[in-house]
Amino acid sequence: MGFHWKWDFTWEILPRLLEATLNTLIAAGAGYAIAIVLGLVLALAQRTPYRALTFVVREFVEFIRSTPLILQIFFVFYVGPQFGVRMSPWTSGMIAIGLHYSAYLSEVYRGGLNSVGKGQWEACTALNMSTRQAYTRIIIPQAVPPALAGMGNYLVGIFKDTPMLSVIGVAELMHTANAIGSESYRFLEPYTLVGVIFLAISLPAAGFIRVFETYVRRKLGLK
Amino acid sequence: MEDMSQYPLELTGDDIPMVRFMNVTKRYGKLTVLDRLNLDVATGEMVTVIGPSGSGKTTVLRMLMTLETINEGVIYVDGKPLTHMEKNGALVPASPKHLRMMRSQIGMCFQHFNLFPHMTALENCMEGPVQVLGMSKQEARKRSEDLLDLVGMIEKKDQHPSRLSGGQQQRVAIARALAMRPKVMLFDEVTSALDPEVIGEVTNVIRDLVNKHNLTMLMVTHQMGFAKDISDRICFFFDGSIEEQGAPDALFGNPQRERTQQFLSAVKEAG
Amino acid sequence: MSLWEFIATYWPDFLKGTGITAAQFILATMLAIGIALVAGLMKLSHNAVIRGVSVTYIEIFRGTSLLVQLYWIFFVLPLFGVTLDKFTAGFVAVGMNLGAYGAELVRGGIQSVPKGQWEAAYALSMSPAKRMWRIILPQALVNMLPPWGNLLIELLKNTALVSLISVTDLMFVAKQINGSTFLSAQAFGLALIVYYVFARFIVTPFMRWLEGVMRRKLGRA
Repeated sequence: MGFHWKWDFTWEILPRLLEATLNTLIAAGAGYAIAIVLGLVLALAQRTPYRALTFVVREFVEFIRSTPLILQIFFVFYVGPQFGVRMSPWTSGMIAIGLHYSAYLSEVYRGGLNSVGKGQWEACTALNMSTRQAYTRIIIPQAVPPALAGMGNYLVGIFKDTPMLSVIGVAELMHTANAIGSESYRFLEPYTLVGVIFLAISLPAAGFIRVFETYVRRKLGLK
Repeated sequence: MEDMSQYPLELTGDDIPMVRFMNVTKRYGKLTVLDRLNLDVATGEMVTVIGPSGSGKTTVLRMLMTLETINEGVIYVDGKPLTHMEKNGALVPASPKHLRMMRSQIGMCFQHFNLFPHMTALENCMEGPVQVLGMSKQEARKRSEDLLDLVGMIEKKDQHPSRLSGGQQQRVAIARALAMRPKVMLFDEVTSALDPEVIGEVTNVIRDLVNKHNLTMLMVTHQMGFAKDISDRICFFFDGSIEEQGAPDALFGNPQRERTQQFLSAVKEAG
Repeated sequence: MSLWEFIATYWPDFLKGTGITAAQFILATMLAIGIALVAGLMKLSHNAVIRGVSVTYIEIFRGTSLLVQLYWIFFVLPLFGVTLDKFTAGFVAVGMNLGAYGAELVRGGIQSVPKGQWEAAYALSMSPAKRMWRIILPQALVNMLPPWGNLLIELLKNTALVSLISVTDLMFVAKQINGSTFLSAQAFGLALIVYYVFARFIVTPFMRWLEGVMRRKLGRA
């Protein structure tokens, strides 16, 4: 067998791959939405004065960050049925990805929150603001710009990790490419196209994130 | 545990001080930063605290602003205990709610200004009145603009702190603190982070406040000339307690204690 | 079956799987370090072509998913005449992928060495190679080590993907046992614990120790 690119085959499979790309983007978006919110919860939970809670959350975050996402996906997908809980591949995939990336995002948020100088907290005390007011009006707005770069990187990261969902049967890009490959015995075009599509989305996305970060900084009046 | 019954539940009488530290002790682990401090500040009095670093002078202000807790003793503000509250006829450590209630009487300006960088000068001043005092935005805006005018920053009211010089930022910080109408104003080394040529902007504002308003003020500073000029009383701190205190002329002109003399001559040499 | 009984029964399989994972980890790491050094240095070159090659490599391998790269190397490369067995394809893909990220760390580390060091070496008439090897890289290395620690943990986690081309690593063993016993919580749970122990109690302490050694050697302890 030799290397011989078939263009007509390429055009033939492209629509199917593009449709699967849409699925991929939706999966990435949904997982990211879960991760952003859960990540903030985990970050704030580590800043409470309750030592037991802080410890448990900290260890949980470390555990998730130190173990492979693919394994976590399998765990969520298979353990449910073992105890009688039926979950669709989509749901398991979303939960696993959302959980995995919430751990990463919580670290990004913590970095952002810690980067706000102690003096800001003291000014809030001097003005007799409540903790909630201090967080929502003063601290979190200043924590966001340094966190944006990390948040953007992980959005691109989630997008690149969606192929892992193919192994539990989610019909995203990789899964579709595998299906095409099995049906037609040609892997060259599908796999290469998948690579190109990924590049076509992730590279501009990375650039956009940098621009967005500068925009937010300027809008908030920060240097 | 300290016996709290030695402290009154509140100060009574016609002539009570605005601020009273009674036997206040502050420790960090084994290090005693303030040792049984007793200090009164009368209503409308301007007291400046001076002393070498580590003498505990900044801690005095920080405790009054409830940025630090105290280990022993009680602090009273306008007759009522700040650090403690009454419960079943005895003094117990203050709850967060009590602290929030009492804290509104104190305002503070910091060495590094601590303006909110994502808000304009005007928004910085309005933040406290609107969010904490529940004022309407119009009222808060009027009050803030008047105060910015007072400190000479009205023209820059729509600028963000990153566009302001140090002296300008500090003046906005003073306006922001005043917007809360505190009974006591604290100035913690407010000129120490400024370039020499802009120190005057800030000291003039403070001088104005002293001359035209009856605010009770506590200031920590290294600007000896300024301190002598506007203070009613100078307290010289050494090693966690008041070594000597008195009217500016008396303390600067004729220091009684040896440590005071040493400190003042060292400061004079430094220029 | 409780976790303890599970371990007692299946530990030989898990041990073999862990061994394969460890081998993949070590081989991929060596490849990644080599690639990172070369690509990182190439990116700093004054020659636009050399820089371009490096940038292209880095952007491709960072911009696409490791799984895609793995499948491409194992299934598509044979069409170009390069056939790798699955074990080799596994660590090559992981190594090339992490090498791209590592190249950025190498570049950053080298750039963080103060300019004065370059000038001093130049003034001593050191050859560029000697200058890089004896003066710049050792200092760059200390600055690079903390983020490299994180990268190695990522590498360890990424080795799990080679199970998808049937390399019999820890992940593969867990899947296999799950497939035959349906004891998912035990099988995958144990695998998770092994990865966790490997990452937190072997790789991370080792990197910290290495950091300490490098700092002492540079007199910066």
